[in-house]
Amino acid sequence: MSAGFNIVVCGGIVPDPLQTLEPVKGPAGWGLKNELMLPAILDPWAGHALYEAANLAKNVPGSKVWLVSMGPKAKLQQVMMTIAQKVPFELVVLDGPSSGFVEADAVGSALAEAIEAIPGLDKSRLLVFGGWMSASRGAGATMQIVGEKLGIFDQFQGVDKLEANGDGSLRVLERIEGGSYQESVVAGPPAVVGWATGELSEPPNNPQVGMQNMRLVMPALQKAKPVKIEGGPEYAGVQIPSQKRETRIVKDTPVETIAKEIVDWLSA
Amino acid sequence: MSTILFAAQTECDGSLGKASLEALSAAKTLAEQLGADLAVGLVGSDVQAAADSLAGCGAKAIYGVSGDEFAQPRYATDAAALAALYKASGADIVIGAATSRMSRVLPGAAARVGGRSDTGVTALAAEGGKPVVTRWYYRQRMYAELTRQERPWFISVSTGCFTPYSGDAGQAQVTAVTAELPAGGVRTRNTATISPSAEEQTIRPDAALLFVAGAGWTKKQPDGAAHLEEAEQIILQFLGKSQGSLGTSKSLVDLSGEGQQVMSFLTHMHQVGQTGATPRHPKGLATCCHGEEPHTVGWRFIGERRAINLDANCGWAQGKADVVYVADAFEVMRKILEMMP
Repeated sequence: MSAGFNIVVCGGIVPDPLQTLEPVKGPAGWGLKNELMLPAILDPWAGHALYEAANLAKNVPGSKVWLVSMGPKAKLQQVMMTIAQKVPFELVVLDGPSSGFVEADAVGSALAEAIEAIPGLDKSRLLVFGGWMSASRGAGATMQIVGEKLGIFDQFQGVDKLEANGDGSLRVLERIEGGSYQESVVAGPPAVVGWATGELSEPPNNPQVGMQNMRLVMPALQKAKPVKIEGGPEYAGVQIPSQKRETRIVKDTPVETIAKEIVDWLSA
Repeated sequence: MSTILFAAQTECDGSLGKASLEALSAAKTLAEQLGADLAVGLVGSDVQAAADSLAGCGAKAIYGVSGDEFAQPRYATDAAALAALYKASGADIVIGAATSRMSRVLPGAAARVGGRSDTGVTALAAEGGKPVVTRWYYRQRMYAELTRQERPWFISVSTGCFTPYSGDAGQAQVTAVTAELPAGGVRTRNTATISPSAEEQTIRPDAALLFVAGAGWTKKQPDGAAHLEEAEQIILQFLGKSQGSLGTSKSLVDLSGEGQQVMSFLTHMHQVGQTGATPRHPKGLATCCHGEEPHTVGWRFIGERRAINLDANCGWAQGKADVVYVADAFEVMRKILEMMP
């Protein structure tokens, strides 16, 4: 493809996975205790999508990557200080909630509107990337909804590999049950791709890329469009599972005894 | 009277899979609790055999979208089929199984018809005349009970949470439904299913055991050297004998990206936890694992849990495993292999 791709990556922010999370109900509905204080990261699945997008753009001349992200501006700025050093992209910011409890349909609609509004975006060359899942709502719904709102009916989820063929078509590997892949070929863009982990490791920080990105990141944050997300389910309650097991510690025990106990347990 | 539509795609042989039968059980129970009609919607190359197998389920009607183009799992055709089945049935609630094929299309189909969706539901029941579902948030770290006013409401139910439907087969009357395909035609074609060979197959969703291999298997042992090759042999032999499914931590898989040696058969597909799968197996045996919250997530739906670990105070095991064996996993697993038939 000589003209390259227009790759839009949808990626939200989530609390650092090492943080202990506790749900609380506030005036605006359910959220996390001290949510704004929790250190945030780019959603891991969205991260994979971004790195794959950058790699594809690097290998297909004429391509460009946008990152469309919704979250509180201050938190997004914090996350972008790190992410912007990874790969080149242009940021589009929606100043809204990043909570996992907000309605996926509303988030999908807002993201689709933001994509439609990107100046100069060529929808005939459009690939919409994002996480197959997320570390917040984890519904696997948002990317599908974005695609529907944009009228894109070639969609792939749980993708680990995407290759651009010489004839303009794309080869896609999607995860299916039992550690297998479904291989598909789509005639070309537009398409929605929800990434699993992909095959790339996290790129090292590159200060030059960071400086180049930050020239556009700061203005994007300043002109972020406020988004109000409305609607959603009626929560009867949100809880942390209370189950705590009484762990039996077996130590100073001969290996034979341990092995025998495990073998008996396996066959029981 | 409201209608609950059970929706499913048929398997390659025209039957319905276990996960779909679980979803039918959930839909049927909910319909009974709400006093709603049950309808069935099937998608596949030929849906008659599947419909016949459900003849005794008590459905008011069975609808089918069939044809060669609907045999393949593909978003464009599956979304069109689900939307058409919803419209034909006039359902308020659509319930399907959280299989890979259904999961990649159900929320999109809901959006297409102006509905809402909830996926990966682990419990579903009528409370106070309303359907209430339970689903997990933040990678299985908390769960919510919720309902919705909006209709249609598309729901996918996780596998292993409901008893599969079993009922009398018969001669079912299927109402044929036509799905509206994209104006530009179907642009995607499935070209292959790529599966590991039987010898290489280490991900077994239906296995009784999940064996989790942690990063400790790659570390230096008491003799000062790493024994990766032996670790591979031990793990593969154990999986062969136990027919268990293999899981691992992100840290172990990611080592390959850092240029370090890792086990040749481990991929991101094996990853469980915060950024991996949350499998459901009756038993789990974790070896050489360490860590706190992210690992616990992968453990969430495992029934009985045991761990072999050198650290009795490891956060991975305390309060999360039923038994922790403080021992060298190499030694214990070697002995287990000797003892296993």
